[in-house]
Amino acid sequence: MAFTLYSLIQAAILCVNAVAVLHEERFLSKIGWGVDQSVGGFGDEPGVKVQLMNLVRSVRTVMRVPLIAVNSVCIVLLLLFG
Amino acid sequence: MRQRNSSMEGPDGSQLFEDTSGAGPRTQSGYRNQQTEPQQAGFAGQSLLSDPMSNLAMAYGSSLASQGKEMVDKNLDRFIPISKLKYYFAVDTVYVGKKLGLLVFPYMHNNWEVSYQQDTPVAPRFDVNAPDLYIPAMSFITYVLVAGVALGTQNRFSPELLGVQASSALVWLIMEVLAVLLSLYLVTVNTDLTTIDLLAFSGYKYVGMIVGLVAGLLFGRPAYYLSLLWCCAAIFVFTIRTLRLKLLSEAAAEGKLVRGTRNQLRMYLTMSIAAAQPIFMYWLTYHLIR
Repeated sequence: MAFTLYSLIQAAILCVNAVAVLHEERFLSKIGWGVDQSVGGFGDEPGVKVQLMNLVRSVRTVMRVPLIAVNSVCIVLLLLFG
Repeated sequence: MRQRNSSMEGPDGSQLFEDTSGAGPRTQSGYRNQQTEPQQAGFAGQSLLSDPMSNLAMAYGSSLASQGKEMVDKNLDRFIPISKLKYYFAVDTVYVGKKLGLLVFPYMHNNWEVSYQQDTPVAPRFDVNAPDLYIPAMSFITYVLVAGVALGTQNRFSPELLGVQASSALVWLIMEVLAVLLSLYLVTVNTDLTTIDLLAFSGYKYVGMIVGLVAGLLFGRPAYYLSLLWCCAAIFVFTIRTLRLKLLSEAAAEGKLVRGTRNQLRMYLTMSIAAAQPIFMYWLTYHLIR
């Protein structure tokens, strides 16, 4: 129960890593969550699934490069300090 | 020379805080007197103020300092919206008293709408329905202190535990705000709720937690459970009534049954946000009462 801010940062890094490894062609299209399947109607009702797919796609696009840096820093720190 | 404006202006020009400093126009006339004096003192003898070089240095230094202050303010404002934060702390005692009463007994209050003034929400001191950050901040700190007292009565206290309690509660608060933000994004609610508003609403549950903890410390476990039950119900009703106006569409907020999956989803969202408050209240306090 004793959470610290450090464990929150760890959990956030792990979650973002998990979203970043979802491959577009091999996985997301196979389960119907691909980019080409998100063009729904043009009303004002995107729906929860479309929003979720857009969120996954944008997280993958935005966080790909910063995640490389953050993960390397994490690896070095964990190797040095345990 | 810039005259320091000691009263803070709200977004629409009305004063957020009253000007309680009595040193407004007096300092300016004092400075002018000082400037005429060195010309007479220069004839009399050497004093620091009579030296024109140090006068120049003082003026240059003060202008540099004010430039630096402007730059720091402007850059800090980009990261932390300080001007918006000032709005949330514009409270007075009457507002705090009424709001605390509302948090513990929201059943008699009828009008939950936030009043606006020319498109900007009115400062909290003028409207009891407006969210503020003073009560959540103060009740968070009080919760940490009461938790320390509770641990002390069970001989489990050590100073590091205060920091552990504080960071633990803060982490849960951040996670709750992030979860609410994520669910608001997924359901595509067009609302004017800002992140700070959500922080304020999530912080209101600390008041109920403090009431429960103090009752438990004074009167034992049954009192803790009773008062926590009362405060949980109160926070549930308070959250539903406040969020209903902001999240649901106009018709549904007035209580009419509006069909459609979107309104149903929004209703579920409001209900789950309100139901999460009692869960957190119990989760964060039960280990302190043995």
